[in-house]
Amino acid sequence: MNLVRNILFRREAGILVMIVLFCIAVGLYKPQFLTGQSLRIILLLTPLIMIGAMAQMLVLVGRHVDLSIGSMLGFSAMVVGLMYREFPDLWWVIGFPIAIATGAVLGIFNGLLVTIFKLPSIIVTLGTLSLYRGLTFIISDARQINRSDIPSELKLMSRTSPVFDIPWIILIAFGIALMTYVIARHTQLGRQIYALGSNPEAAPLRGIDVTKVTLVVFALSGALSGLAGILYASRWGFVNPSNTGAGFEFQVIAAVVIGGVSINGGVGTVMGTVLGVLLLGCVAAALPLLGIPGSTQNAIYGSVILIALLIDRSVRQRGAASISRGGA
Amino acid sequence: MTDTTPTREMAPARPTWHVVLVRPETMTLLLIIIGLVGASILSPFFLDASYIMRSFTLTAEMSIVALVLTMVIISGEIDLSPAANMALSACVFAWVQDAGVALPLAVIVGLLAGLAMGALNAFMSIRMQLPSIIVTIGTLIFFRGLAQIIAGDRSIRVPESFVGINAVMVFGVPLPVVIFVLCAIVLGLVLGTTVIGRQIYQIGTNQQAALHAGINAKRIKVGLFLLLGVVSAAAGMMAASRLGSVRYDLVLGGELQMVLMAMLGGTYIFGGRGTILGTFLAAWLLVIVSTGMTVANLLPAIQLTVLGILLIVAIIATNFIYARTQR
Amino acid sequence: MLKKLLITTTAALALTAGNAFAEDIDIVFVGKNTGNPYFDSLTQGFVDACEVIACNFEFVAPATAEATSQIPFLEAQIQRGVDVIAISPNSPDALNQVFDSAREKGIIVLTVNGDITGNEEHRDATILPTDFTKVGADQIEMVGSLIGYEGEVAILSATTEAPDQNFWIEGMNETIANDPKYANMTLVATVYGDDQPEKSTTEMEALLANFPDLKGVIAPTTVGIAAAAQVVQSRGIADQVKVTGLGLPSEMRDFVKDGTVDGFQLWSPYNEGWLASHFAVGLKNGSMTNEVGATFEVPNLGTITINEGNSINTQSALTTFNADNIDDFDF
Repeated sequence: MNLVRNILFRREAGILVMIVLFCIAVGLYKPQFLTGQSLRIILLLTPLIMIGAMAQMLVLVGRHVDLSIGSMLGFSAMVVGLMYREFPDLWWVIGFPIAIATGAVLGIFNGLLVTIFKLPSIIVTLGTLSLYRGLTFIISDARQINRSDIPSELKLMSRTSPVFDIPWIILIAFGIALMTYVIARHTQLGRQIYALGSNPEAAPLRGIDVTKVTLVVFALSGALSGLAGILYASRWGFVNPSNTGAGFEFQVIAAVVIGGVSINGGVGTVMGTVLGVLLLGCVAAALPLLGIPGSTQNAIYGSVILIALLIDRSVRQRGAASISRGGA
Repeated sequence: MTDTTPTREMAPARPTWHVVLVRPETMTLLLIIIGLVGASILSPFFLDASYIMRSFTLTAEMSIVALVLTMVIISGEIDLSPAANMALSACVFAWVQDAGVALPLAVIVGLLAGLAMGALNAFMSIRMQLPSIIVTIGTLIFFRGLAQIIAGDRSIRVPESFVGINAVMVFGVPLPVVIFVLCAIVLGLVLGTTVIGRQIYQIGTNQQAALHAGINAKRIKVGLFLLLGVVSAAAGMMAASRLGSVRYDLVLGGELQMVLMAMLGGTYIFGGRGTILGTFLAAWLLVIVSTGMTVANLLPAIQLTVLGILLIVAIIATNFIYARTQR
Repeated sequence: MLKKLLITTTAALALTAGNAFAEDIDIVFVGKNTGNPYFDSLTQGFVDACEVIACNFEFVAPATAEATSQIPFLEAQIQRGVDVIAISPNSPDALNQVFDSAREKGIIVLTVNGDITGNEEHRDATILPTDFTKVGADQIEMVGSLIGYEGEVAILSATTEAPDQNFWIEGMNETIANDPKYANMTLVATVYGDDQPEKSTTEMEALLANFPDLKGVIAPTTVGIAAAAQVVQSRGIADQVKVTGLGLPSEMRDFVKDGTVDGFQLWSPYNEGWLASHFAVGLKNGSMTNEVGATFEVPNLGTITINEGNSINTQSALTTFNADNIDDFDF
């Protein structure tokens, strides 16, 4: 087991080295990249992906996948946006529990379909990706929630906070990462998710309630997507039925896979995921600085996923060979 | 994923009517009838054979790809990248001929691009034994991204002589529809009557057993991925001919519709079951549903919602039927 | 046999449909995509016009703005047998075939708010919000007046191939190069945010990092100007870098009120819809002709002339919005 852990540690060290090398390379060409200002830009680009990645990490560790997170983000943001527009007198903080609860309900619906009907999560969430997006259009009557409808206190959360003026949304994102770390490492639920993912057949024999754990994982994924939804409204100041959250799942899956979370379940760390998110943030911030057109971004994300998959596989093989255990 | 197929035991033979009627394709056919009736009630302009044919040409390319995708799913794999493949092949084709390459040669280059994409998927999923579902999410982003690099935001024109496949009529039926029907017949025969067809089912049902039976599962799966790559490329160029120009966002999000066609037609997501007939019917069902809603001027959002619900209902129903029947 | 039955029923239906709406003219407007606030106001122009003149109006739009997403909607309108299709095209060439088959059936095709440049023969006329040849110069004057006609200026545009934006940017470059009034201003960069808030934001941040002496940014796109304003607001540098461009008052109101943005420009999308429906009805009932040089009267807008290439403008110059007048506009 120690050996496995060492390999994983190497994986995280590897991403860290990649980040450092990347930043130095860009910095040699564009010294502006190595300033505090640019750190702020990178950190402001990542909070939503960070929160989504934490949720997706738990889902993948449990040997599932959730493709509907972007649509859950959009739907929750729209519910909150509509609330702000229709009831401007409500205390704006109410938006947080509402967004999180809305997301959780959608997530539980995914979880129920997966557990009751024994359906593969990838197809279920491909369906709800479309379904939730459609519902977002319906509840909003296909209209955008405008900047003037979003409370200025909420928008201010993306600009500052009492803690060294670090914007609230960055603090929240790292808080969620910390929370996920605690769940993954120090709770029974965390251990059960890992056990379920590494060997679904043996999980019931170990006394794990597979249905309950799966439901909780999908509910968490929904709740965190809901949180990302209200933070979207804070960050960008509007909620659009078609744009908000579109393509979010791909960014998140890219970050998580780069971070070393195995698609075969059972393997993945919060540290690796955080680093994966930061690497994506560095790339996204560096491209325009270097004058590389934004149209290359998707090809870069796609190739990074494929490369990460190949690395993942070679790490697994080496791990399996050195402890002479069959492939998981 | 394939090993979760429910184990089947010997059971008394089912009566003939049961075998013929209790199958997912019956559900698809019933839904088509409901769709026809519902759409006619929604809009008086719907029930017109030539209009439905014309609407079908808009998705004929995707439907052709869905037929091959069905075979890939039956073999126990999946491919989410064919829509992106269509866009990239079409962009490569348009870009090459725009740069002065002769048209027939450009078509070959386009097909080769599709083949190469199929080969990449096959390499990652079969040779490297990574789950095809995640691999093809990666290649889906990658192919679409490459198309975006090649074409930018610009649309590339194709020569006039190449434009208009949908205007060619064969006995009053648009050519893309004819091609779709012919493909369905050929692939249906291959899957239903040949040795290779039977082997595809066996691999999907139980790859281990298929290997013991001496079937070269890897070679068949690689072949299917390559075929899917080439057919996607051909479909991409058909779309280019219909539209007269190509942009990187061609059939954006089409993977959902293709998977939906296969699922609605009763293809079992874990492999081993499904028919070309089912996907053939499902392609018509989708056209009827979406055309009916469009001509009734319904909000496109309702279509998204309906597509999502259809997909979920389709897999639940298929699982339900398969749990109670045997092949 | 089923087919025959279908055809006869449709024929019967088509007959009744033709009679039922003989008086009013059916106009449909196909937007770029749903959920785009810009088109809310444009659509309202159609709706209001059809309340005072003899037309029925419907708005449809695909969920996403990709090149081909409007085709099924156009096919459906042809099948419905509408009289006029007004459309903001998502592609300059992918719609040609559908437009042709619509016009073969006697449907008038008007492009609104954007044209199919290079394929003008596939539509009847285009209704543009303003004279696009003047937009570049107007925008340079706007940013010049904000920065005292001196210093570095950059452009944050939509996509690299956006035809309207590129046309305007060409005008900006010409104006700055040729007009001595702007001799002390330099255009240092043109970047593209793809009309996505995330990309526009990173491009804006990169502009500020790459050009520390930047004085002004022109963003001739509604998404870009809001993103640029947000960056300036969040960095608190509104007095060093002036953001202007083309924006929607509803999206820019907060930035104008808190002093982030001093002024920006646009036209009235509402008037485009208003004019398009009057023109469509006029063409159908024969009171107007679609010939270059012809003129006609539109209530509230005065005398309108059909320009070269059957192009019609709703207003001659851009409207400028600032703290004094922004509350007068509700789109």
